[in-house]
Amino acid sequence: MTRDSQMMIAKRAAAELQPHSVVNLGIGIPTLVAKYVESDLVYFHTENGMLGVQELRNEAEFDPSLVNAGKLPISEGIGASYFDSAESFGMIRGGHVDVAVLGALQVDEQGFIANWAIPGKNIMGVGGAMDLLSGAGKVIVTTNHTAKNGDPKIVHTCSYPITSLRKVDMIITELAVFTFEAGKLVLKELMPGVNLAEVREKTEAAFEISEQITAVR
Amino acid sequence: MVEAVPPLPQEWDGPAFPKDEAPRRFLLGGLGSLFIQMAERSFCLSIKEVMIMQKQMKAEEAVQKIQSGDTLMVGGFGLVGAPLTLIDELTRHDAGGLTVISNNLGEPGRGLGILLRQGKVKRAIGSYFTSNREVGDFYHQGKLEIQLLPQGTMSESIRAGGAGIGGYYTKTSAGTELAKGKEVREINGELYVLELPLKANVALVKAAKADTLGNLVYYKTARNFNPLMAAAADFVIAEADEIVEAGELSPEEIVTPHLFVDAIVESRLILSKEGVVSK
Repeated sequence: MTRDSQMMIAKRAAAELQPHSVVNLGIGIPTLVAKYVESDLVYFHTENGMLGVQELRNEAEFDPSLVNAGKLPISEGIGASYFDSAESFGMIRGGHVDVAVLGALQVDEQGFIANWAIPGKNIMGVGGAMDLLSGAGKVIVTTNHTAKNGDPKIVHTCSYPITSLRKVDMIITELAVFTFEAGKLVLKELMPGVNLAEVREKTEAAFEISEQITAVR
Repeated sequence: MVEAVPPLPQEWDGPAFPKDEAPRRFLLGGLGSLFIQMAERSFCLSIKEVMIMQKQMKAEEAVQKIQSGDTLMVGGFGLVGAPLTLIDELTRHDAGGLTVISNNLGEPGRGLGILLRQGKVKRAIGSYFTSNREVGDFYHQGKLEIQLLPQGTMSESIRAGGAGIGGYYTKTSAGTELAKGKEVREINGELYVLELPLKANVALVKAAKADTLGNLVYYKTARNFNPLMAAAADFVIAEADEIVEAGELSPEEIVTPHLFVDAIVESRLILSKEGVVSK
């Protein structure tokens, strides 16, 4: 996964974020999404207790007590606020966070996501993954299309433990954009220079092809 | 200064040493009541003033409350908002077999990770132990029990513990491995999992500022679990970077009111741009 393809995924995800929406960004590619959001009116929430997250603009702003959920340094946007963890997760579970952008180990053709545990390995962390699935208005998955060993990540059925009974709404990879329509996985867009054959080869899940399939701008 | 003796407050007018000292002794413990008697006799301080003095203490005194087998809550998201001075003091305090409720268990050999290495932690309850790989090693060697909770469930269970709530239903984790063995109930067509409250014998929390009464304010994302834990333990020790006189904090800015806090300690170790340093 090159830096360029991560950026491409992040940029496409940023285009989904509407002004006046509250967005929670997960760790990894999702964190990059903030760089491509043009509107000042998208408000970023971090589950460790802040609304109004802004990218760190320079070294002088660095404050060791101001971090996001990935423990990376951030800064304070205009109108920012702080709250405790229970209130923060109340916002998430209570449906007050409009969009969650999350990474994934696997997503299946029904929309179930596995992003917290690998079978046979110690289950040592879950963090806020399950809460975000249970409460966010819309869940966008940003991920590389295949695992490091080439295994498909968009599969028939998740073989890894699922994160929630709630299904995701959209998948953005370096190859394509999928959505779920009437419970079915639909290929909506191809990334520049990608052809349908490549997507078919690297996707295990059954998917339909949108009649209005477009190239990502 | 002994000359500047304040008049006794109205409620203590009359007998200088009220006869009903027994309840106060019970509340404050043997040492506390001895201290009150000494203070009242030598300085003619009112009981309220003595109780204020009583909360401010050294870290090594405060952690004496922690006994082997206790359940502890420790604030912080990683090192951010962690009571570093109290954790450091705990590494020198002779209490083992502890159950620790904290989001993480420090990092290898740092923060709560030191207590793990010392073999003082019997059980860890948290949401994300991946940041300390030694947690997995201890678990595999059978030296540590682990209870993993979604972070929202962990924080809500602590809130419930502090607010006298006997349990609650959440959609989080329904249908997943983390819901195994838990009661599941359908509410309005969706599955919810019963979660029980979390409480502790002692909570160690970190504030930016405390006043001498024990009111607390926090700093940025160092707030996290601290206000919740301050409500959910029998004895609450707050470490603060700065301790000010009662009245100096605006009532509007106080996040944790003093009734939750039993002991106040000034921070010796703080998180700086260079990492954990002595103040």
